[in-house]
Formats: sequence, C-alpha cells, structure tokens
Amino acid sequence: MNFDFSDEQKQMRDAARKFLAEKCPPKAVREVLDGKATYDKALWKGLAEMGFLGVAIPEEFGGAGAGHLELCVIAEEMGRALAPVPFSSTVYLAAEALLLAGSDAQKQKWLPKIAAGDAIGTLALFEGKGNPSPQAIKLSASGGTLSGVKKPVPDGAIADFAVVAARTGSTGRDADISLFLVDLKAGGVEVRSLTNIDPTHGQAELTFRNCKAEPLGAAGEGWGILTQVLDRAAVLMAFEQVGGSDRALEMGRDYALDRIAFGRPIGSFQAVKHILADMYVSATLARSNCYYGAWALSTNASELPEAAAAARISATQAFQHCSKNNIQVHGGMGFTWEFDCHMYYRRANATAVTLGSLSYWEDQLIDRMRKKNAA
Amino acid sequence: MNFDDTPQEAEFRATARKWMEANAPKKYEAELSKSSLGRIRLEKEEIVDVGKAWQKKKAEGGWACLHWPKEYGGRGATPIEKVIWQQEEGVYGKLTQPFQIGEGMCGPTVMAFGSEEHKRHYLPKLASGEHIWCQLFSEPAGGSDVAGLRTRAEKNGDDWIINGQKIWTSGAHYSDYGLLITRTDPNVPKHKGLTMFFLDMKSKGVEVRPIKQANGMQEFNEVYFTDVVIPDHQRLGAVGDGWNVSLTTLMNERMSIGSRLATGFPEMFEFCSNLMTDDGLAIDDPAVRSKLASWAVKASGLKYTSYRAISSLSKGERPGPENSIGKLVSGTMLQDIATYAMDLEGAAGALTGADEEIASGQFQQMLLSSPSMRIAGGTDEILRNIIAERVLGLPGDIRVDKDVPFNKIPTKGR
Repeated sequence: MNFDFSDEQKQMRDAARKFLAEKCPPKAVREVLDGKATYDKALWKGLAEMGFLGVAIPEEFGGAGAGHLELCVIAEEMGRALAPVPFSSTVYLAAEALLLAGSDAQKQKWLPKIAAGDAIGTLALFEGKGNPSPQAIKLSASGGTLSGVKKPVPDGAIADFAVVAARTGSTGRDADISLFLVDLKAGGVEVRSLTNIDPTHGQAELTFRNCKAEPLGAAGEGWGILTQVLDRAAVLMAFEQVGGSDRALEMGRDYALDRIAFGRPIGSFQAVKHILADMYVSATLARSNCYYGAWALSTNASELPEAAAAARISATQAFQHCSKNNIQVHGGMGFTWEFDCHMYYRRANATAVTLGSLSYWEDQLIDRMRKKNAA
Repeated sequence: MNFDDTPQEAEFRATARKWMEANAPKKYEAELSKSSLGRIRLEKEEIVDVGKAWQKKKAEGGWACLHWPKEYGGRGATPIEKVIWQQEEGVYGKLTQPFQIGEGMCGPTVMAFGSEEHKRHYLPKLASGEHIWCQLFSEPAGGSDVAGLRTRAEKNGDDWIINGQKIWTSGAHYSDYGLLITRTDPNVPKHKGLTMFFLDMKSKGVEVRPIKQANGMQEFNEVYFTDVVIPDHQRLGAVGDGWNVSLTTLMNERMSIGSRLATGFPEMFEFCSNLMTDDGLAIDDPAVRSKLASWAVKASGLKYTSYRAISSLSKGERPGPENSIGKLVSGTMLQDIATYAMDLEGAAGALTGADEEIASGQFQQMLLSSPSMRIAGGTDEILRNIIAERVLGLPGDIRVDKDVPFNKIPTKGR
C-alpha cells in the first residue's frame, strides 16, 4: 500500500510552499482584504509562471499535464497561504467543467489562457439562497441567449468567462438543465460586486439579459456534468481547507508557546493543550479523508462521489474548528484586525458554504452511502 | 498513490492466505464476525481455550508473534508483514485477545531487559500461547499517575518481598506470569524509586479478585500481594530504573497499527437504515443524516489514517504520530452513538433484552461499556496531553511532586 503522495509530488508541495511564503505573505493577503486590490495580480502571474495554474491541464491545451494529485498538493498550499487569487473558481470549477464537457475548440480557446494566467473563469450556479439543486436554477436559455440573475458567483467581478447553469426545460427532471459558456468581456452581462465575509475572495451578482452564450456539453446533460464538477471541486477545496486548518493549528501552537500568563507559557495549561490537541485530531481526520478523495479524483474511481463528500465534510468541519479555536487560544489579541487569525476564520466560514453548505454535503454523503449499500 | 502491495508484500500475503485457508478454525467464523463491539465471547466454549489452541497452531506454522526474532518464537517479520498478517488473519485475530498484552507489552520488555536465559526460556512459550502474561501497573492510587504507585518491594537476601495491590489487570485470573512494577525506594522522588520484575502468578501470596464493573460485567481484576517472594534474577532493568523500563513497555503499545478500534458506526448506519419512526425511516430525517454523516467521516478518517501509517511501514519508515488519535476519537464516538441510538428508540430505548426490537440491546450494552473506552489504556485527557506535548511540542505540565521524595507527597486533598 502506498497511500501517500510521491516524492515528486511532495517536492512540488515544498516548492509551492516556498513560493507562496515569499510571494504571498499575510501582508499581501491584506492588500486584497483591505480593498486595495480585487486580487493579487502579480501572484496570479507568478503562479502561471510556476506552472501551477495548468498543472492538471493536459499539455495539448497549454498545461503541464501533471495530474490531479499534483493539483491537490498545490491546493493545500493555496489554502495555507490564503492566496487572494481566483484559483478555486478558475481551476477547480471553470477548468474542470471545460475538461469534462468542453468541445475541442472551447478547450483550445480557454484552457491555454487559464494555464498562462491570461483568463479567469468561474461557475455561475447559485441564484440566491439555497444549495445546489436543479429546481433552484431559474435562469433560462432560449435561442442561444441567457436571461436571469446569478448570485453569488465566486470571483464573478474579475472573471473573463463563466460556465453558466441554465434551465432549458420544464419537466421537473435533471434533464431540464444545460450548461453554457459566456464570454463576460463580450458585453451583455451586468456585474455587481457583493460584500462577503471573506473579502480576500470576491463574490458578485451577474445579470444576464438576452446574453449570447454557447452550449457547453450536450443539451440536457448540464446537471450530470455539474454534479461531477462539484465533486471534483469538493476534493480540491477540501485540500485548501486542510492547508488552512494546519496553518491555524500552527498559529495557535506557536502563540501558546510564546505567550506567558500566570508566570508560564499558556501552552503548559491543560485547558489550552486540550483545545490544540482537538484541533490536531480534526485536522488529521480531514487530511486522511482528503487523501482518499485525492486517490478517487486522480483515478476517476467509482468511489469519487462518496469520497468527495466525505473529504468535503471532514475538511469543512476541521477548518471551522481550527480557525475558531485559533482565535480562542490567542485570546483578546486573536480578535484584533491586526492579528491574522480572523483571516483564517473568514476563509474557513466562506469556503464552508461556497460549493454548497455542510448540511448539503452531509445529505449527499448519506444518499451516496445508501446507494452503494443498495448496489 | 495506490492501495496495492509491493511484489514482496503480495508474495507474503499469498503465503499467509494459503496457510489461513488450510488452518483457520472456520467453525467460529460466524460467531467471531458478529462480535464487533467490546469483549469477545463464544457461545459454548471459553475464549481462552479456543485462543490457546489457535495460538499454538499459529506458532507451529510460524505465524505467532511474527515480528519477534525466530529464536524467541517469532518469524523475524517486518512491521508491514505483521500488518498484512493481521489483515489475513481477519476475524480470527479476535481469538488472540488473551495474548495481546503478552505479545505487545510484556514480551518486548523481557526482550529488552531480560537475561538471554530468560528470553530463551519464557518468550517462546509466550509466543505459542502456552503461557499467558498480564501487566501489573495500575493501582488504586496510581491510574493516570502510574508513577504514584505504592506496591512495595523490599530486598531480603537474594529475594524481594512484595506487598501491595494492583487494579484493572486484564486477564490476571488466567495468566501464568505478570509484569510487575513496584516501589523499591520511597525516599526519592516518585519516578526514581521504581523497579520492574516479572513473577509467576501462582506464587504464594498472590490473590486475584475479579472486579464487578459499572456495566455489570467482570473483565478486570484486582491483584493483592502479601509477602510474595520474587528472586532477584527476575528483576528487569536496574533497581530504581523501573520507570524507564515501563516506558519501553508502553512504547510497544504503538505496535497496534492496523488493528481497528470499534467506532459503532457500521452498526448505527444499519440501525438508522432500518428503523421506522412515526415520520418514516430514521435515515430520511435530516437531523439523523447530519449526525450520521459526521460520524461517517470520523470513521473513514480513522480508517485512512491507519492506511497512511501502514504506507509508512511499507516504505520502511516509522509511522508518524497520527495514529495516536484512534482511541480518543473512537471512545467518544461509541458513547455518542449509543446515546443517540437509544434516543431514536424513544421510551423503549431503556430496554436491554436481546429480543427487544431490531437493535437487540446492542446500543444499550455499548452505552454501558463505552465509559471504559475513554479511560482504559490512557484517559481521553492523558491522550490529549500526549498529543499536545509529544506531537505539538507544548511544554509539560508543572509538576508539584516532581522533586519531592515519594513519602513526602500529600496523599489526600482537603
């Protein structure tokens, strides 16, 4: 059994960590947090030059053609560094949708640009409150144009193109949904930035008024493709969440070693130790679930739906748990803007809902386990 | 990343599987498969007798204590081969329960500190199941604080005279030998005055009394020592070095990688899939699903954490500290799952008869037994300390009794 990343993959993780430590220190994250930039453009270019944006994109489409295990280790580092760039929307959502359902021409048009850092993509799925479901999609498509409103759309205000889920039928079945590709710079889409709890990642409202769109994948197969895209993104996002969990744990540990109260490091008090031990437990469980998700993702295993849901739930719980208790270990200083703890707390709770909430994925996991047991 | 054996591992697995096919005591398979929670019991026979026969057969085939050197009754196998063997032994591994303390703790301590003569005399019989060993560490006044133990050993010529009491000794009533830690010098700080011995459990003055536990069962014992004589050559390590010797014993507990702890999750998933409530199947209730999902990812997280440890072994590395979370997670899970299963049964949740509804009283039994999972072998709190100190590198607690002679440490609060 070799249930671990290879030495080459670990080297790539180290390289990504080193690169991000240099190019994406907390100070850089704060530029976006404080609204001085919509995202870190220099970092985005740097990631492209390192080959990280196209690591899982085949060479024929301008990528490195390495694979999804490589993408997982990079995702972990992106989460650890809170990289303020549209990585998840472009790479996990838009690129994965193109790879799964795009025509050759569509792939040729967008994937090389993604790999080069020249195009930002996103997925326009949600329409207000609620979790992913075909019934919640009202935006309609007719005669090659889209009409309706999508929100929240991750990185929607800076994206060059979007994969849009639209209603093309009214039978009440999954086949009512089709996917479309929209060039957001071609006009016809009204973009409005939305405030959100994690300003290091923008959210937007996109209003489509008879906007020109081209089909992505076959008509009526949109929901099936979306489900696969969400599963794949769930694993990748889970790695980001695990990277963030580990960093929050380290921050708490370092502070507990450093901070003296009652004449001793606070890390020598069992009340503090036990908080940190429980953070370690949740981060470890999440990491192990993520490894299984990575295996299923990289091999396209039939276990992917279940593995993705498990990784997503475990990592969401771990990041929320670690980031809130990191603040608790820091005490009052953890509640200042100056300390970085809140940036992890914000990211943890934003990523917890971005692909559908925890309760949605819990529901999915149980459905999928039952399906497997019935089979 | 894959789940495949290396060619050598595959060959080893094939050999083990072939031997198991020819030799496994298949008539117990169904019964052993069913007993997933708590202690194993067989309907018609004593687990110790059946276990001894199985252990003897394994020893003859070269499959007992297989990571031990051959001259002491083992096979000289690598750690990953031991894990593969455990996988192939499957449910029959439950028969080895009476020998686990001997194999995992007492044997390795004798191997590290015993004379060559002792090793050749005692270890092969331990490996073949002819002799069962128990571990006499915990005391009424020394549980988590095991170094606070009070059982005295006093030198008398070439012998030592033992007086005192041990508690929570698994298997003392059927054990032939015991690993015993004693206080030989109460005038020095507590960790410095300890000495380790092994003794014949049939020695004069050894009295074993079963403990009736909170769950109504009797699985552990108290052991009383009244003027028990142990010859000095049965001392393990130097006089006063017992604490260091005991650390070797406890370190060997880590060898338990690959043996899976019960979490109660598979039973709970099945229970919820079949339980009809007033609102339909329990598993269709969003509240139930949410709880199940959280337990599911804990159970799978533990499973894949052990896979990561096995992968390290396979590469010839020492597994990281990740596996230390197993008991901490599974103990609380058992307790929480049992509580929730009873809740779902409503008022009938209090009934424990085996004929009650579909759960057959298993969750009620789980509820009553689960507190011990959170205490035995290191309480949840001690485990959190271990993770915090050894994994995360946090400072040890300030110990008020550290440099105080043992006989000057207060023995009562208030």
